[in-house]
Amino acid sequence: MEYVVEISDLSKDYETGFWKKKRVRALDGLSLNVRGGQIFGFLGGNGAGKTTTIKLLMSLIFPTEGSAKILGRDISDVQMHSRIGYCPENPYFYDYLTAIELMDHFGRLFGYDAAQRRLRTEELLMSVGLHEKDWKKQLRKYSKGMLQRVGLAQSLINEPEIIFMDEPMSGLDPVGRREIRELIAGLREKGVTIFMSTHILSDIEALCDEVAILRNGKLAASGNLSDLLENSGEERVLEVSVQGVTADTIREAVEFIAGATIFSKPNGANIQILDENDIDAVLKITREAGGHLTSIQPLKQSLEELFVKETSSDPKKLK
Amino acid sequence: MANESARLPSRILTISRNAFREAVRDRILYNLILFVLLITASAIFLGELSAGQESRVIVNLGLSVLLIFGTFISIFVGVSLVWKEIEKRTVYSIFSKPIGRGEFIVGKYIGLCLTLLVNVAIMGIGVSLALVYVGNASLAGKIWPAVLLIFFELTIVTAVAIMFSSFSTPALSALLTFFVFIIGNFSSSLRELAQGMNSTVARGVFEGVYYVLPNLSHFSFITETSNGMTPPASMVGGSILYAVVYDIILLTITVLVFTRRNFK
Repeated sequence: MEYVVEISDLSKDYETGFWKKKRVRALDGLSLNVRGGQIFGFLGGNGAGKTTTIKLLMSLIFPTEGSAKILGRDISDVQMHSRIGYCPENPYFYDYLTAIELMDHFGRLFGYDAAQRRLRTEELLMSVGLHEKDWKKQLRKYSKGMLQRVGLAQSLINEPEIIFMDEPMSGLDPVGRREIRELIAGLREKGVTIFMSTHILSDIEALCDEVAILRNGKLAASGNLSDLLENSGEERVLEVSVQGVTADTIREAVEFIAGATIFSKPNGANIQILDENDIDAVLKITREAGGHLTSIQPLKQSLEELFVKETSSDPKKLK
Repeated sequence: MANESARLPSRILTISRNAFREAVRDRILYNLILFVLLITASAIFLGELSAGQESRVIVNLGLSVLLIFGTFISIFVGVSLVWKEIEKRTVYSIFSKPIGRGEFIVGKYIGLCLTLLVNVAIMGIGVSLALVYVGNASLAGKIWPAVLLIFFELTIVTAVAIMFSSFSTPALSALLTFFVFIIGNFSSSLRELAQGMNSTVARGVFEGVYYVLPNLSHFSFITETSNGMTPPASMVGGSILYAVVYDIILLTITVLVFTRRNFK
């Protein structure tokens, strides 16, 4: 599958100060490729360079070094924007317009006629869950969550092939988040690529196929999400769940197995082992104590653990 | 339906249309109410005080107020036109659409000029009606060349304001534009001053300022109009051409600055 976003050695310096200007590197040599038709999660702590990257891709700011292409065309090519969508973080729109007028305004920029604009506007405002009674209200009267929904709707006005979303769930309540999550998953089913930056790790876990993690403007990790969680450099841990015994009954026997640990749970125990050859020993101990096996599964590192590890301040952890 | 973008003129007009709508919704045209009240009061009272000179007073006062109100709109709306878009971050969603920064600047400029045109036209109609009211219908028609010149003077003031705001704060831009407006209206005096100077350097500086800053005295025909004169067509045509060329130069500078700007 071809790459729809190709970022090559992209860097951005900002100048600070009035007289003695200091250069601060916000993004440092980022190289990244994103395949089409997937949801790509772009993670990082505050100030890691996520928004800077998205602004560079949208040509809102210009790179100090490096280059990037979207859909095979250089990011400086404005006409390429007819094939992409962008939902900025905390969307800012003309607050003197109503949602309908805003959608109509953007629709005109894409050259749609009045009938097309009206149709797209109604379809999209409905799909993002904005109540019809609010469509004719000026945006200055909208809540943050409502603006977020309008932000998503306007990013879809041109039926884009790829959408860049900067914190798309921010400001939404749990129900709203679920609705937008379903909308994003639906877009992927239609073949749209989503490039999404977010802090909400549960959304990443639920939606993303691949992720990239930024730390201090540099790429800390990237790849398939499940691969990253499994191949994180940690020892592979298997968790054996048993029932019908208490942890205290079998603790002594289990702790004879090298590296094994046991945790109590209602009506049973969870035993973590490092070697799959030890499964038989655990089963034997359990059966002798009158219990039975309920499940065996590899214990994955959580995304939160991965995120904390890759974005922590220890530079030795940088890949 | 997907992957399209409007043609360039259509994109510019979309931006202009919205800039005009913004001005209307920001109640910029409310100044017309004040103007109508002023011109009605002058038609009723001032004419009586100046014994038969009512038409002159109405033209002088009406066109001067029209110029002053228009200049205020040009300066204060002009300096915030682009700045507000950056400050409120509305540029983020605009520039993710297939629209160039140059198109955006030209579109915003045309939108404000359209606002000024509506403002100036309604005020002109107000002055004409006041003249008809005091029984000088012939002068009511003669004011329009002067109104047209004022409009083109305002297009230059607007272009100056937008140019300064592309790299400066609104307050400083407003101040600088105001200076340009004042100096531009007295530019012929500036040249006379330069010619009377002994120092070559000082003469060079003053002559330089004379040539660089817009000569807004080309557009002043208020006093003559109040005396029943109409400007020759060549003067009106020449002044309009001057304004158009000057506007294009200023907008080109603005676009060059704006296309290099980072929106942090």
